[in-house]
Amino acid sequence: MNGRINEIWVYLSASPLLGLTLTLLAYQAAVLVNKRCHGHPLANPVLIAVSALVMLLWATGTAYRTYFDGAQFVHFLLGPATVALAIPLYAQLGRLKRMAGPLLVALLAGSLTAAGSAVLIGSLLGASDATLFSLAPKSVTTPIAMGIAERLGGLPSLTAVLVILTGIIGAVGAQGLYALVKCEDPAVRGFALGVASHGIGTARAFQISETTGAFAALAMGLNGLLTATLLPWLMPPLIRWLGVH
Amino acid sequence: MLGAITLLLLFQLAGEAIALFFALPVPGPVIGMGLLFATLALRAGPSLDLRNTAQNLLQHLSLLFVPAGVGVMLHIQRMADEWLPIVVALVASTFITIAVTALVLRALHVHQEDPS
Repeated sequence: MNGRINEIWVYLSASPLLGLTLTLLAYQAAVLVNKRCHGHPLANPVLIAVSALVMLLWATGTAYRTYFDGAQFVHFLLGPATVALAIPLYAQLGRLKRMAGPLLVALLAGSLTAAGSAVLIGSLLGASDATLFSLAPKSVTTPIAMGIAERLGGLPSLTAVLVILTGIIGAVGAQGLYALVKCEDPAVRGFALGVASHGIGTARAFQISETTGAFAALAMGLNGLLTATLLPWLMPPLIRWLGVH
Repeated sequence: MLGAITLLLLFQLAGEAIALFFALPVPGPVIGMGLLFATLALRAGPSLDLRNTAQNLLQHLSLLFVPAGVGVMLHIQRMADEWLPIVVALVASTFITIAVTALVLRALHVHQEDPS
């Protein structure tokens, strides 16, 4: 009997079905927990689902590769979901046109602050080169950030993790910061969160309101474009100036 | 729904093709988003089908980050060695970025209340 169960486990644990099912189960459980906590930002669904899955994979001695064979079907949807962000964005077309100038200036300020402050603080506290290069694109959405990190000489998979942590930190801290800087405009709130915390910030922003979400999506898209363009030029001189090499 | 998903994939595909052809550092899906946005602006809006499909997909946006997030288990050693700079840099930089962006945008867009 035990041998039979073992055989079934060996078979199933190597099939993509298990990783995919576990991802969906963990996420839905995390959403339930989040609801139970009345949507408290610390009960972030990504944070809960990721922690639960990591513990489960460790406990069962399953390799990340094996898990990802199944989970990649969910991961793949990031592409079409990114394209779909054009739709809430379009709904804000009127506001976008009126605010185009201020939005672009704020974007430039936010984008440079996001990369510059992370590298500066990391370097002051003694982070290694590879970690600094992986930290630089942390505020950009995962697929873009991984591409940037690779170009810079960082570790794309480490960047994916740092990006997600950044998203969670922004999503958790946003409400407190809005209060701190006395920011009430839903468009400003969304834009700031989208620049700093990409898709996870955007998901959080959509919980706040449709307008906040749309501006977060806009900021995320624009920051992805800008950071991907600027960082490969700006990082080498910054690293030289910091004397890391 | 099938039509809308096909459309999203076509725009992503077009974005990927453009990124590869011009060797752009920007990922394909972001270019696809730009193309779809431009198309919507030219054609005065999305169809009901496209709007519903997008809403369904974006409602569970958080889910799509879970598989990459679990990748943290590959970097436990580095995170343990460099936890201090990583944690401080992530938290401080993220909060500073939100504050700077919000303050700059608000300063430039002083109570320009919009009627919609």
